Amino acid sequence: MNSASHILELPKAAPLMSRSGWAVFLVALIMVCIFAPLLNMLVPESSVFHLSDFAISLIGKIMCYAICALAMDLIWGYTGILSLGHGLFFALGGYAMGMYLMRQIGLDGNYKSGLPDFMVFLDWKTLPWHWLGSASFAFQMAMVVLAPGLLALVFGFFAFRSRIKGVYFSIITQALTFAAMLLFFRNETGFGGNNGFTDFKRILDIPIAQPSTRMLLFVLTGLTLLGFYLFSCWLVQSKFGRVLQAIRDAESRVMFSGYNPVAYKLTIWVISAIMCGIAGALYVPQVGIINPGEMSPANSIEMAIWTAVGGRATLIGPIVGAFAVNGAKSWFTAAFPEYWLYFLGAIFIAVTLYLPQGIVGLVRKIAGTSDGGKA
Amino acid sequence: MIQKIVYASLLCLASFLSAPSSALTLQEALGMAVGDADARIQALNQAIDAADDKTAALIQALADDAVKTAGDKIFIVRDGKATDPVSGLAVVLPDGAEDVISNNRMRGELEGAQAILKLFSKDDKLRGQAIASLLKDPDASKLALLDKALAVEANLALKAKLGLARAAAMLGSTDKAQRLEAAKALAESKEPSTQLLLNERLKLEEDAVVKAQLLASLAKIKSSLGLGETLGVMFTGISLGSILLLAALGLAITYGLMGVINMAHGELIMVGAYATYVVQTLFRQYLPGAFDWYLIAAIPVAFMASALVGAAMERSVIRFLYGRPLETLLATWGISLILMQSVRTLFGAQNVGVENPSWMSGNFALLPNLSLPYNRLMIVLFAAMVLFGVALVISKTRLGLFVRGVTQNRPMAACMGVNTARIDTYAFSLGSGIAGLAGCALSQVGNVGPDLGQNYIVDSFMVVVLGGVGQLAGTVYAALGLGVLNKFLEGWQGAVLAKIAVLVFIIVFIQKRPQGIFALKGRSAEA
Repeated sequence: MNSASHILELPKAAPLMSRSGWAVFLVALIMVCIFAPLLNMLVPESSVFHLSDFAISLIGKIMCYAICALAMDLIWGYTGILSLGHGLFFALGGYAMGMYLMRQIGLDGNYKSGLPDFMVFLDWKTLPWHWLGSASFAFQMAMVVLAPGLLALVFGFFAFRSRIKGVYFSIITQALTFAAMLLFFRNETGFGGNNGFTDFKRILDIPIAQPSTRMLLFVLTGLTLLGFYLFSCWLVQSKFGRVLQAIRDAESRVMFSGYNPVAYKLTIWVISAIMCGIAGALYVPQVGIINPGEMSPANSIEMAIWTAVGGRATLIGPIVGAFAVNGAKSWFTAAFPEYWLYFLGAIFIAVTLYLPQGIVGLVRKIAGTSDGGKA
Repeated sequence: MIQKIVYASLLCLASFLSAPSSALTLQEALGMAVGDADARIQALNQAIDAADDKTAALIQALADDAVKTAGDKIFIVRDGKATDPVSGLAVVLPDGAEDVISNNRMRGELEGAQAILKLFSKDDKLRGQAIASLLKDPDASKLALLDKALAVEANLALKAKLGLARAAAMLGSTDKAQRLEAAKALAESKEPSTQLLLNERLKLEEDAVVKAQLLASLAKIKSSLGLGETLGVMFTGISLGSILLLAALGLAITYGLMGVINMAHGELIMVGAYATYVVQTLFRQYLPGAFDWYLIAAIPVAFMASALVGAAMERSVIRFLYGRPLETLLATWGISLILMQSVRTLFGAQNVGVENPSWMSGNFALLPNLSLPYNRLMIVLFAAMVLFGVALVISKTRLGLFVRGVTQNRPMAACMGVNTARIDTYAFSLGSGIAGLAGCALSQVGNVGPDLGQNYIVDSFMVVVLGGVGQLAGTVYAALGLGVLNKFLEGWQGAVLAKIAVLVFIIVFIQKRPQGIFALKGRSAEA
């Protein structure tokens, strides 16, 4: 861990992943693309190897969360900026997708109207301006990227330019998502108020509830997660990624060395927001609902804990963490609903006090192969 | 006897012919109790026009389901004893008497009838209530009744109000002249509810002359209400500000002075509120005579409860995380989850009821449209006292000196013999205890439930950040400023948009002055 060895290693272009890393990646790829669909759709339900629809939807959901945790890791683990507002970006992506899905309901809503049900309920006669492009899949998919991206760009530009950092930044991002939640709760905002969007029927004119569509969404989510994982591996090993880690460890020194941290922080902040937005867009058709509750500060802070549990500043960590925490959550809320919050609270405390490197750090410590995953 | 026949046959006319007080007849009583709902309602309406105490008693009994009939006899049955509603004498209830059952519509009519009876009651206070409700919810069909009440009313103040109520009822009349007269008369009212009434009429009004008069009356009311309204908004703003101040003051110590990000601060407020609830319950059980003073006893209990929880938090978790603010943030969030769930386990997920002591309920009426609730006034006063106390502790006591010393230069303070670890615990407990005091105050104005703290955590951080870290004075200005700003925006754009606007304002403000209103001067590169 001495700095001299690091300097010597730098010029060598390190491989993206080690051989065993690639092997694991390949196994994951096969699991997602071949095994899961096979076990779910071809193996009969009576067989022990059958993967139930419930399991598929749970894993699909958690993979969306894992993308968020990965995005969180890039901004927190590698750049040292703790965002408590990533739930907002996730929800914005989800809402952009939800708008399209609402329009796909067409005339099959409760009121048999071309307008989404909640607009009929509010006695609106025409679509508000921000719904004009919502019938086009391509436009809404662009919005999945643009809405969180632009918001992050504007907010980040002003925040980083004024050198807001550390806890200040965290609290302000929390206020941002809180304000957005209040805004989306209003019926007048035009996003369905309290109830948000639900009761989807079709996506790209294909029925959304049929098993093959669900499986397709599952595989798509898995591929996106793996793709983002590769992208993140490349990013943190690039020169850009190294500057980010330098900013995390000593921002003033980076500044005095002639780098402008604002541009670096802003770029990774926007990338991270877009990743969350895409995760949200994949999440909504699988879960079938999006409402302002997704923007509550508690949701955003939970994303931080997935990352922390798995291990910050490692890329596999956040994915492990998202699966561990959400797996535990779905088990607890079924078996002991009373105790879930005690458990979650205890995780928050235990991880910060005893496991600063998370599960991955613990495993490495036990295996005795400590490498440079320093937070 | 002739009189009775007239009543029975010409009931429609009876309302205009009869004196306000004449005896209840058997026919009337039966008419109200037997038959289908329409007929009964008609009988009821006619009976009210000539009501006496016995009619009132019968209507009350009908509303209470305490009436039975047997053939053409009617009885009020209370506590197993039957009385004849017409004579008022005790009688024997015959076997096979049937209950009189009233449907929902009938019940509504009975309630309305009781309200009208109040209008002719001998008690000034009851009449006042009846007039106020008629003024708020005018009904053109009650016009004849109001005229009658106006004719017999002797109390001048009530008479004036009755006139307004009559005008309000006339406003809905189909006659243009009557509407015009009503609009003119209502200009004399100084009640905000009249303003609402006129505005509603204005939307429906089609006649230009009446419309002009409505506008003129509105303008007149507005000018006489203006001052009271502004003062009222100022007061609710200051009241909200003092609540924010109480919530944020503890945070100003733990975050501002010590630099600890305590996301469980809201839950410490909640602990204080529940401590108040427990004290209230104990007083009710063991000292019902001194119940009014439970709040005084609750203040130190709430302080101690939250301070102890705070001390435990500091000793067990926070002390290991000094200098790692982001980790502290996550760990204290975990603590907040555990505290919330513990309260759910102990007290249930529902809100618990905390009552105001009698000396805190009621209003202090300053202007017709400006009344200051005593509980809000007390909270403003309480916030001022807590602020004074905290300022005294920080600036004048040995503990305050040590806290400031440790904050400014920890190693140097340690060299001077200050036990810094212990000072940390004390300071954190002090901040937590003040959160407990905030909880005690909040229990008097809002709901007490497990989520109580969540509502205040974002707000209190905003106050501290806006005021400038490490500055008690900044916290005061920020809390009061935000409170008043919020209430003014609320009057203009509604509560939710006001809240959003304030959050956006703070976000923008922090861009300009990252150190808050009152920045500590220095040359640090680490802004």
